[in-house]
Amino acid sequence: MELRKSYFADERNDNLREIGAPRPRTDALAHVTGKTEFYADRSFPGMLHLKMVRSPHHHARIRSIDTSEAEKHPGVVRVLTAKDIPHNLYTVLILIQVGPEDEHVLAEDKVRWKGEAVVAVLAETERAAQEAVAKVKVVYEELPAVLDVMEALSPGAPIVNERHGQNYYHYDSGDSRKVFIGDVEAGFAAADHLLEQTYCSAPIEHAPTETTGCIAVPEGADRFTCYTNTQAMFFTLDNASIILQMPGHKLHMVGGTAGGAFGGKVDVTTEPIAILAAKLTGRPVSFAYSREEEMQISSPRAAERIVIKDGVMKDGRIIARKVACYVDAGAYSRHSPYGAQKAAAHFPGPYTVPNVLINAYCVYTNRTPSSAMRGFGVTIGDFALEVQMDKLARLVGMDPLEFRLINAYRDGDMKAHRQKAEGTALVECMQEASIFANWPIGERFKKMSSLKREA
Amino acid sequence: MALTVKTFAAVSDALPALQAVGARYLGGGTLLVRRVNEGDISISTLVRVSGPSLSRIAVSDGRAIIGASATMAAVARHPDLAFLRPAAHAIGGPAVRNMATVGGNIFAPAPYGDFAVALLALDAAAEIAGKPITLADLIEHRKQNGGRIVTAVSLALPKPGAFRFVKITRVKPNGLAVLTIAAVIEERDGVVSAIRIALGNMADRPIRARAAEAALVGRPLTREGIGPALAVAGDGAAPADDAVASAWYRREVLPVHLGRLLLAKG
Amino acid sequence: MAKVPVQFTLNGAEKAEFVDSGATLLTLLRTKAADMSVKGGCHQGACGACSVLIDGELRLSCLTLAEAYDGARIETLAGLAERGVLTVLQTAFADHAATQCGFCTPGMIMAAKALLDQNPQPTRNDVVEAISGNICRCTGYEPIIRAVLSAARANAVGAA
Repeated sequence: MELRKSYFADERNDNLREIGAPRPRTDALAHVTGKTEFYADRSFPGMLHLKMVRSPHHHARIRSIDTSEAEKHPGVVRVLTAKDIPHNLYTVLILIQVGPEDEHVLAEDKVRWKGEAVVAVLAETERAAQEAVAKVKVVYEELPAVLDVMEALSPGAPIVNERHGQNYYHYDSGDSRKVFIGDVEAGFAAADHLLEQTYCSAPIEHAPTETTGCIAVPEGADRFTCYTNTQAMFFTLDNASIILQMPGHKLHMVGGTAGGAFGGKVDVTTEPIAILAAKLTGRPVSFAYSREEEMQISSPRAAERIVIKDGVMKDGRIIARKVACYVDAGAYSRHSPYGAQKAAAHFPGPYTVPNVLINAYCVYTNRTPSSAMRGFGVTIGDFALEVQMDKLARLVGMDPLEFRLINAYRDGDMKAHRQKAEGTALVECMQEASIFANWPIGERFKKMSSLKREA
Repeated sequence: MALTVKTFAAVSDALPALQAVGARYLGGGTLLVRRVNEGDISISTLVRVSGPSLSRIAVSDGRAIIGASATMAAVARHPDLAFLRPAAHAIGGPAVRNMATVGGNIFAPAPYGDFAVALLALDAAAEIAGKPITLADLIEHRKQNGGRIVTAVSLALPKPGAFRFVKITRVKPNGLAVLTIAAVIEERDGVVSAIRIALGNMADRPIRARAAEAALVGRPLTREGIGPALAVAGDGAAPADDAVASAWYRREVLPVHLGRLLLAKG
Repeated sequence: MAKVPVQFTLNGAEKAEFVDSGATLLTLLRTKAADMSVKGGCHQGACGACSVLIDGELRLSCLTLAEAYDGARIETLAGLAERGVLTVLQTAFADHAATQCGFCTPGMIMAAKALLDQNPQPTRNDVVEAISGNICRCTGYEPIIRAVLSAARANAVGAA
């Protein structure tokens, strides 16, 4: 690896010991000997298996639930419904006051997405639990569903979640997260060219090799240990504490080792119900997602719909940028209000544009609730932004790298967030990339610098 | 009810157990044990026949008799079945090939069953209770099999170079089929004298491309010669939309891949 | 529920257990034989995390009935290192960053072992084929391929 020390030479501190030197993972030895302990790599005598009865409908009222046959099934120890949950309303981010609580551990009067958990069956064997699941009778009254963000936002659309009252998250600042500076409409009027494009992405599933799951063990004195592969130990502990109305010190989360997660193990979906089941049966309880549950039920990356309208000058400067981003949160908030907020902050891109208006909406639909995944809120936005940059370059007849060099922010530029850019280095990164990728740029562009914008 | 496994030494002993509701015959387990794992509670008994006779492969006098329990790996490494190696190798990955059986593949639902496509093109016969039944008949009625057990498949060895096989996948080297094509082609005096073409994943079971076959007899294997056959390649097909490809896509690319298979040199 | 006796050797040690009829080898190994090095990722035969060697052949333990392998010789990752000394293959995985979350690693190493046992000097293509039944969601496979080829080279040097 080479370090390009000529860039920002006067700011450089050359005491680098770790960068550029190989360093073996601390857990490699345990991995290659099979000694790494994943949550399920433990045996507990008398352990029960939890299987869920899930909604077959996108949107439906629950008319009745009859668990009597399931309860009688050989091997079944307990069947849980909404009424067994001490505080059956939660949202992960309530811990940082991003409410309202809008989601149930087990569905109460309605199901809002196909796959929503309705009834939990605890049995001696997985097979007995699967058979008992088939014996639970739920009578649903189907309701019209919305499976697309624009449909969900159109007047008269069925409301996904009454706790929000409309099909989008209401921020303290309004119906969207906004970033704005200058006057986009004036910018569009003054521009030489306009380009409006819509970019869409589908939900993306993390598909870790290890499925989501936990084992909850009663320890006596009303304490519980929960072995879990959550990425968010404290989210899980604190939300479980709220849901179960149990003081936090009675709960011990053990984990931090996940067989792949990528953001897909940050929702608090298996632990509260497993701990409750352990409490009510007095036995260890395993709740492991099947492969099908992992692929279909566990949260995916949110689908997004992004409309970018830009006003660009002949000389390559983007002078106005307007973005409407619709994040498909699915049926419940989870991390999506935060994801949409990140998107809003991200959308001007690393470019200096004097007139900007960004609106990012967190939209509810009757789809699988989405959540975090590798740079959520930002990654799909970058796809849209950079494809748009290529299209703009083509529109004005410029090389796409040179086009970006013209627009890249420099130190001292005012960003749409009303902060001056500092410590920028995008120009130099692109100049270096041009050499490394053998993508030549003109002399004028080789002379550009992040330290100041050329005249 | 809990799952039980019943193991028998002889096929004839296993038949009564197979008549029970929820009883299924176990080959290598790659499909059935998978369904049990996935929560298919309709399967309550797995019936298996142990013993080496069902795995035996015998090749002599221009015919091959392959025991229904012979694995894909066993077929792929058999010195006298080199022509079948591409078909056996198309199944799963190395571990699956050590487990998946010839018999099991005949009953594998789409998108699986690529080896059965080869057997169909080879005009193989299946042996049930000592009597032969053509693979075409067996596949046609496999859903109503009525608890009969296939013990072996037999086929005439094709002439060298006559058998061709391709499995089109999006993931390589191991993926579900977009479609699979197997063909046995005989030529005389520069034109096709006899041909069988079997298609996989162009319907819910392997089928013969009879219209394409008829349009190839008497024609040379040149781009011009095969044109009419490619135009009717999809006749009688009813491909599905699935996670791998749409029905539309399968129909679009079938003539392309069939064309490449027919024009391939030796 | 009917219990069936199964006798086998696991990494050289004689074992005898009773399992529920219909239990998979994966369940037997993890719950009765206390060998947690074998992982269950999909239970469908797609991911390969449960790969073990049975009588020297690579198999998927999640699709294998325990009772069908009475008398078998079973090898898992836990049995590879002898008295704490890593095999060349294990060292190569650690050295080449061929393991991140570690969940696919047991199956991946067994698949690589099955290859090198049969073919001590594989080509890159041989390695790709050998691990084609193992899914890794972390590394992108290249470090794994490099590790296996490196182990093969190290073995050749060691043997020379």
